[in-house]
Amino acid sequence: MRQCEAVRSRETQRLRWRSRRGLLELDIVLGRFWAGCGEELDESEAGSLARLLAMPDNDLLDLVMGRKPCPDPALLPLLQRLKAA
Amino acid sequence: MPLPVRRFDAVIVGAGGSGLRAALELSNAGLKVAVLSKVFPTRSHTVAAQGGVGAALGNMGEDSWHWHMYDTIKGSDWLGDQDAIEFMCRMAPEVVIELEHFGMPFDRNDDGTVYQRPFGGHSANFGEKPVQRSCCAADRTGHAMLHTLYQRNVLARTQFFVEWMALDLVRAADGTVLGVTALEMETGEVVLFQAKATLFATGGSGRIFASSTNAFINTGDGLGMAARAGIPLEDMEFWQFHPTGVAGAGVLITEGVRGEGGILLNKDGERFMERYAPTMKDLASRDVVSRAMATEIKDGRGAGPNADHILLKLDHLGPEVIDKRLPGIREIALKFANVDCAKDPIPVVPTCHYQMGGIPTNYRGEVVVPAGGNPASVVPGFYAAGECGCASIHGANRLGTNSLTDLLVMGKSAGMSMVDHIRAHGAALPDLPKGAGEASVARLARLDGQKGGEDVAAVRDEIQRTMQAHCGVFRFPDLLRQGVEKIRAAGERVARTQVGDRSKVFNTARIEALELDNLYEAARATMVSAEARKETRGAHDREDFHARDDAQWLKHTLWYRDGDRLEYKAVNLKPLTVESIEPKARVY
Ligand SMILES: Cc1cc2nc3c(=O)[nH]c(=O)nc-3n(C[C@H](O)[C@H](O)[C@H](O)COP(=O)(O)OP(=O)(O)OC[C@H]3O[C@@H](n4cnc5c(N)ncnc54)[C@H](O)[C@@H]3O)c2cc1C
Repeated sequence: MRQCEAVRSRETQRLRWRSRRGLLELDIVLGRFWAGCGEELDESEAGSLARLLAMPDNDLLDLVMGRKPCPDPALLPLLQRLKAA
Repeated sequence: MPLPVRRFDAVIVGAGGSGLRAALELSNAGLKVAVLSKVFPTRSHTVAAQGGVGAALGNMGEDSWHWHMYDTIKGSDWLGDQDAIEFMCRMAPEVVIELEHFGMPFDRNDDGTVYQRPFGGHSANFGEKPVQRSCCAADRTGHAMLHTLYQRNVLARTQFFVEWMALDLVRAADGTVLGVTALEMETGEVVLFQAKATLFATGGSGRIFASSTNAFINTGDGLGMAARAGIPLEDMEFWQFHPTGVAGAGVLITEGVRGEGGILLNKDGERFMERYAPTMKDLASRDVVSRAMATEIKDGRGAGPNADHILLKLDHLGPEVIDKRLPGIREIALKFANVDCAKDPIPVVPTCHYQMGGIPTNYRGEVVVPAGGNPASVVPGFYAAGECGCASIHGANRLGTNSLTDLLVMGKSAGMSMVDHIRAHGAALPDLPKGAGEASVARLARLDGQKGGEDVAAVRDEIQRTMQAHCGVFRFPDLLRQGVEKIRAAGERVARTQVGDRSKVFNTARIEALELDNLYEAARATMVSAEARKETRGAHDREDFHARDDAQWLKHTLWYRDGDRLEYKAVNLKPLTVESIEPKARVY
């Protein structure tokens, strides 16, 4: 259990760093997200965030700004939280 | 304990456009190349570039590198070195076509040639009429460039060290550069990367200002590392600002808003541009608008509780016009300024965009410093390219789309110089001096052991606000003098930063503390250089010396960290093959 949490916190730390982006707009949105609720990600949310963060910056920004529809319903809940941030 | 050492022919710090272009040159020459980056290469800040890359291809009508050269020199307000500018403008078509062959998806004309857009400041026949010179890949030019160059590097077997942060330059006693120390974020391990040639391609330091269009990653690490290693920084007082960034966020509001009828108001609701530019009003040139905004704020007529911004009003256009002519503006205003601009004005301030100065190099990308009476003596083994370098192509102000051109040309040029240097020096790596890398270990130990220290975000905030208020787009003598004192005082806080989280794994707080060390050097170089330059030239705009002064100031600034020492060196007004373009008034 302890080990499981250590892995999870390492993963959270990694996601936190990967929220540093090439586009300022995303830095701001992701910064707000982490300030709001980021540390309490459950496993499936962390998985969604990892997938979103793996996207190219421009595509992710299009999703966050609502310019493009979300390609995968599974990502929708987390995307909603980013949009609300 | 000595640090673990990894050995390469070349080490490149930075995987933006310039670092990737340089790496390709070296890997294609069969050399062993390491590229270090804080973030995944295609997430480098180059991804933000939309406007395009300038090259006189002449696909839309007659154009010539010589006209491009003229526009660049005029843009630089004659502070650019004309040898470097000729070199870049002549090479530009070649590197752009090369990029096309690498697979860059440029927009095309019906005949299959690369389509070129018009852009401010691009002219035909030495300023006679506009010319279309900007090559784009839709509105994702930077993104497409990064992807294209990254793929090519993968094919060429460049070795990437992603999520590694370079910490310090390693130099021999004679000054030769031997590599860098770097921190692996995943493990917290520090490693010495030893190389025959080291390139900095770390991008700009736009985060020194409170309002900046730059991503958070642009902390000027290359500048900080160079300054700590005794290398001067050139022309750091020159920063390009955009008049309308969202106050507090920095996100750009396109100039199209004013083009469509948006107007600027001070806290009293006065349309102040009528006073500064009675004819053009809100459509006056960028510097006139920025200067007026800064003056209103300085004189206490800024809006908001801190009287620190201007209001951009466009609700009078009506929601239909806004949505039709300015798509996306409402979403941006809502998300980043929290206003519906169809009802309320957007708070805006002049916002820092691009760093003209940097690590001094020649047009071969070799770092050059004054030594033994030679103002430009080569530092063996050390190179810089991209926004962190200063060749100097952009001088006192950069022509639009010339940064991406600079990345390709100077990236390639530095890469070629490194290949020559490595081949000339044979197989053996020079010995590392005793204690190599100790400075980085000591810096980390200081940070990790700090007690009762300063909060990183608070110190960074103070630096950014000081820069914005004292050294912004329009500069006032009293504010500059106070700014120098404040920024010097902030140094004591930077030296005592502390992080709560002591873990070694992806410790973002620790990385931010290390970045702050670099950001500080860039900020200090900017403030001290700006206070000293008593003229107005290009982007350096002073209230008290409101004209260019070629008799005294047609020269480059060199700032040394040691004692804030300033030296100056002559501008090279002699191109490589053509006649000099002599200084004259810069009017558009
Ligand atoms: C919004 C915006 C739009 C722009 N549009 C245009 C345009 O249309 N045309 C144009 O010509 N210019 C444009 N520019 C300017 C241009 O995009 C930049 O000047 C250019 O992309 C900088 O590229 P670079 O290769 O120097 O560095 P960057 O792309 O900034 O890359 C820096 C690299 O260095 C790495 N790095 C930094 N520090 C370290 C360290 N300590 N250790 C390891 N790695 C490190 C980073 O991870 C990154 O990979 C624009 C700029 C902005 C902000």
